[in-house]
Amino acid sequence: MADDLTRLTAHELVAAYARGEVTPSEVTRAYLERIDRLDGRLGAYLTVSREAALAEARAADARYRAGAPRGPLDGVPVALKDNLCTRGVRTTCASRILEGFVPPYDATVVERLRAAGAVLLGKTNLDEFAMGSSTEHSAFQPTRNPWDLARVPGGSSGGSAAAVAGGLAAAALGSDTGGSVRQPAAFCGVVGLKPTYGRVSRYGLVAFASSLDQIGPLTRDVRDCALVLGVIAGPDRRDATAVDAPVPDYLAELEAGVEGLRLGVPREYFAAGIDPEVERAVRAAVDVLAKLGAAVEEVSLPTTAYGIAVYYILAPAEASSNLARYDGVKYGLRVAGADVVEMASRTRAAGFGAEVKRRIMLGTYALSAGYYEAYYGRAQKVRTLVRRDFERAFAAVDLLVAPTTPNVAFRLGEKEDPLAMYLNDVFTVPTSLAGLPAISVPCGVSAAGLPIGLQLIGRPFDEARLLRAAWAYEQATPWRARRPELA
Amino acid sequence: MIDDRTVEHVARLARLALSDEERARMREQLGRILTYIDALRALPVDDVEPTTHVVPLVNVMREDVVEPSLPREAMMANAPDPRGEFFRVPRILED
Repeated sequence: MADDLTRLTAHELVAAYARGEVTPSEVTRAYLERIDRLDGRLGAYLTVSREAALAEARAADARYRAGAPRGPLDGVPVALKDNLCTRGVRTTCASRILEGFVPPYDATVVERLRAAGAVLLGKTNLDEFAMGSSTEHSAFQPTRNPWDLARVPGGSSGGSAAAVAGGLAAAALGSDTGGSVRQPAAFCGVVGLKPTYGRVSRYGLVAFASSLDQIGPLTRDVRDCALVLGVIAGPDRRDATAVDAPVPDYLAELEAGVEGLRLGVPREYFAAGIDPEVERAVRAAVDVLAKLGAAVEEVSLPTTAYGIAVYYILAPAEASSNLARYDGVKYGLRVAGADVVEMASRTRAAGFGAEVKRRIMLGTYALSAGYYEAYYGRAQKVRTLVRRDFERAFAAVDLLVAPTTPNVAFRLGEKEDPLAMYLNDVFTVPTSLAGLPAISVPCGVSAAGLPIGLQLIGRPFDEARLLRAAWAYEQATPWRARRPELA
Repeated sequence: MIDDRTVEHVARLARLALSDEERARMREQLGRILTYIDALRALPVDDVEPTTHVVPLVNVMREDVVEPSLPREAMMANAPDPRGEFFRVPRILED
C-alpha cells in the first residue's frame, strides 16, 4: 500500500487529498520510508529533510481537514536539485567547496513551491556545479539509473530524475544549461521541461552559465509538468532576466490536441551516430502525432553540428567568471596560504573536482588576452547562426520534434573521455543556445529495457503549446505507465 | 596548440594550483577539446552580430526603494574565518 502511494502523480495526490482518501503525512512517510529503503542503492539524495518534511506534511493535513489547501501542490512531496538555495538546508552543488554551505535564503522557485504547499523532501545529487551529463562528477556519490543500476541516470539533474522515476519523490526541480533536465528525463523515463530562458527566475540557483541556465520540472506525466511550471514561472524583481510576461494557465489548453499543428522534423537530428533504436522510437512517435492530426514536414537546422563547439566555449567562459567567487573568503572551503592568491589557489585546487577545473581552465583560456576574439567572439557569432536556424524553421512550423539524446543511458565509467561525454548533449545544446523551451517525454524502450526520450521544441514562451502536444502524445501511448522494479 | 607554459599561465589567471600530473592531463585534454572547437573556423561569421543574450531586454528598471537586506549575522554564518563583522584573510598590506 505504501509503495502504491508513491506511484501517484502530483495531480492524483492533490485530488486524493481533497477527497480525504489519504493525507499528506501518510504520503510523505511512504516516501521517506522508500528513501530509507532504496536510496542506498540509487544515491539520488544528498540531503533528506526528514523532520521539516514531516512538519510541512502535518500542516498540509490540517489545511485539507479545514477544506482550505494552500495551493495547487499542497502536500505533494517534491525534491530539489542541490544547486537551488534552501534556507537553513545545506546546499552543496555536489562540491567539496560548498560542502558545509547553509544558505540564509530560499531561491525564488523554492519560495513559490512552499507557497503552493509542496512538502520539500530533500536535495538531490548532480554533477558538481551542474557540469556533466551522467551525475558521475558529484564529489560525494554517483547516482544510478533506477531502470538498471549499472547505468547512469544522465545529468546533471540525475538525482532529481532518478528520484522521480524510482518513486523517491512525486516531482522534482532540476536546472538545464545544455540539456541537464531533458537528458536525465530521457534516460530515466520521466517528463522534463526546460522553459524559455527568462520564463523562470534564476534567483537562488547557484550560477553556472548565466546566459543559459534555466530551472525546470521533472515529473511523472505531462499534466504534472504543466502544474509545476505554472507554480514556478513568472517575473521576479530579484532576477532582471525573468521576463515580465503573464504566465498562462498551462492546464487550461492541455487537452486541446494537436489537430492542425505544424510539426517540423529536423533532418540533422537523425544524422550518423544516432542509435537505431532511438531513431525508430522517435520516428514512430512522429507517426503517432501525425495520426493525431498534426501536419508533419521535414525541416533543416544546418548549424546543429556546431552547437557543442559553441557551447563548450560560452558555458565554460561564463562558468570561469561565475566560479571566481569561490576564493575561500566569504563562504565555503578555505585552505590556508601565505597570501590571498595562494589561499585562493589552494582552496580551489582542493575544493573543485576534475571536470569543474577543466571547464574553468577552458573558459579562462577562451577569455584570455590573445584568444578572446578567436574563441569567445566567434562562438557568440555562431550562437547567432544557431538562433537563425530555429527562427527560419519556426516561420514554417509550430513545433519541432526530435530525439532528446542520440542514445539510451550508458554505463557508469563508459565515458571517461570528456569530449565523448560532451557529445552526448548534441541534441539538447542548440535549444539552450537559442533560449527556446523544450520538453522530453518518454517515447519507447530499448531492447535492454531502457527508456527513450522524445524532444519537442517550441517558440520562445510557447510552453503552453509544447505541453499540449506532449500531453496528446503521452495520452496516445503506453510509456507513462511503466515503472522500474526497485523492490 | 596549447603548451605547458600556457596551461601554467591560465591556471594562474584562474587561481588554480595544479599538480604536475594535473597540468599534463589538462594540456592533453584542453588540446583535444580546442581541436574539436576549431571546427567553428569553417563558418563564415564576419558579418554576423554576436549573441550575448537571447531575450530582447533593455534596461530593466525598478523604483529605488530602501528595503531591509539579510541580517549581517546570517551573511557571516558561512564564513570560514569570521572576526566580528569582518572576513579575516592573510595580510595584504605591508607595514
